[in-house]
Amino acid sequence: MSQEVLEQTNINTTEENICIRENLVYERPSTLIDIEMHYCPGCGHSTVHKILMEVVQELGIQNETIGVAPVGCSVFAYHYLDVDMQQAAHGRACAVATGIKRVLPDKYVFTYQGDGDLAAIGTAETIHAANRGENILIIFINNGIYGMTSGQMAPTTIPGMVTTTSPYGRDVVTQGHPLKIGELMALLPGVCYITRQAVNTAANVRKCKKALKNAFEYQKRKLGLSMVEIVSNCPSNWKMTPVESNKYVENTMIPFYPLGDIKVPEVK
Amino acid sequence: MGEKKLMKGNEALAEAMIRAGCDAYFGYPITPQSEVLEYLSREATQRTGMVLIQAESEVAAINMIYGAAGCGKRVMTTSSSPGISLMQEGLSYIASAELPCLLANINRGGPGLGTIQPAQGDYFQSVKGGGHGDYHLLVLAPNSVQETVDFVKLGFELAEKYRTPVMILSDGAIGQMMEKVELFPQMERVADRGYPWQTTGKPINGERRYITSLHIQPEKMEEINRRLQAKYKKMQEEEVRYQATLIDDAEYILTAFGLVSRICMKTVQLGRAKGIKLGMIRPQTLFPFPTKQFAEIAPKIKGILDVEMNSGQMVEDVRLAVEGKTRVEFYGRMGGVIPTPDEILEHFEKTFL
Repeated sequence: MSQEVLEQTNINTTEENICIRENLVYERPSTLIDIEMHYCPGCGHSTVHKILMEVVQELGIQNETIGVAPVGCSVFAYHYLDVDMQQAAHGRACAVATGIKRVLPDKYVFTYQGDGDLAAIGTAETIHAANRGENILIIFINNGIYGMTSGQMAPTTIPGMVTTTSPYGRDVVTQGHPLKIGELMALLPGVCYITRQAVNTAANVRKCKKALKNAFEYQKRKLGLSMVEIVSNCPSNWKMTPVESNKYVENTMIPFYPLGDIKVPEVK
Repeated sequence: MGEKKLMKGNEALAEAMIRAGCDAYFGYPITPQSEVLEYLSREATQRTGMVLIQAESEVAAINMIYGAAGCGKRVMTTSSSPGISLMQEGLSYIASAELPCLLANINRGGPGLGTIQPAQGDYFQSVKGGGHGDYHLLVLAPNSVQETVDFVKLGFELAEKYRTPVMILSDGAIGQMMEKVELFPQMERVADRGYPWQTTGKPINGERRYITSLHIQPEKMEEINRRLQAKYKKMQEEEVRYQATLIDDAEYILTAFGLVSRICMKTVQLGRAKGIKLGMIRPQTLFPFPTKQFAEIAPKIKGILDVEMNSGQMVEDVRLAVEGKTRVEFYGRMGGVIPTPDEILEHFEKTFL
């Protein structure tokens, strides 16, 4: 908030006052390591990291959670998330998570994957982990672009969207259609929960956090595989400011990838 | 004395895996090793509660191995040549992340889809790294069903001692043939091996662990490489295993690994019966290679005939070892063809006498 806004809201921002615990409106979850992140300004990853670790803290499962980082921008997730983690080969996070979960069935296991990792090179591992009903959580960051390799077309790039490998806009005739993998996976009996969320607004951040919490609770009850898809942004490779990119999420991405639950467990 | 049984190589391999207290197996069917997964499906979970998954591919299987090995568990996979090729990316990650695991390659003829007959064309792939980057597997080459069983136990021990992937390089014949085998007693599965690096949940009063092979800083990546190379050097000093037969008075040495070494044993007998002073060196570890042993014997002999079921792969390591101090010749059959003892002797006589 700007100083002007703070003054309007009558919050006393003197140094002495702001340090009083009762006035605390935000703090970093203790489960998120206090280190500078490498993510670009405005990127959704840092927000998702934060709410994920808030959920881990609130559920008190930090010592029982093992995460799997992918290849992609979030390859270094293990530098930030203060839980035991493994870094998987490109696309193989769900296979790695399967190996972990099967030998540690009472622990919480999640993967954190981008669209290229999950829905292009890792499609087989994703679909088969889902079909086996592995009791894991997939956190799927869908921003329709390859971020780490600086902006190539992803399996989820929407028609007409410009990337470095679809410089004239994605042409579905020659480059195929965007893969709505959440809807595809919802068909599988091994999957208990598929939801599509976003972190472009404060309201969406809160809803997304609730979805992550639901997923961990379903995992505890061993209901099957959960996936929280998060429609996110990529200001750097979309060549937009953070504000513009969030507007693009709202106006272009979400209409194509509508938010909400795609599948929920039958037994609540 | 352990229990004695007449068993098929692949089934004995699976039985040894169960008895070694293996925690998890992830595999995919491929001839000529499918009996491993089939045997485990009948026996494993029921007897020890070990985890068993028929994965969607070898790619998935080796990455399941990565995940479970990263939790400090005793894990194994098996496959045959084309499937092992698919695992190479994962093996590179496993070697770099220093995770212990055991795999067996029931080698078949190639290249390509090749044939389901036994071959040794995967020597280079096995001992020189196989995937990307500078690394090695520790490679054990059994020549019998018995040694396959023994190497399962040894393989797990070496994998855990060195935090490295270990490969049993067998072939379709050893996998498929039946022999008498003495089995070691059932070992307990270890609930928690307590490795400081295992990702089993952040310790309540400790630091979180992470397993990775990514080190962006070149100095750090070089440091990791140096650590791996130091490990391989230690293996070279401490883990070389080989079998020497009739070498004391030998004028010529036959050398072979795995299946062919048994055929060559007969050739040695046939040669000796004709008054040819033949001896034999059989590397049991292909990496580390018995370089020193070949170097020591080279000046004392008139020549070495290396026999393999490929176009000449181990022979390169033999030549490197002897450094030109003796003549090294090669005889091989490819594509799944098994040479006979007479054929090898005839080639030897033609070449050397």
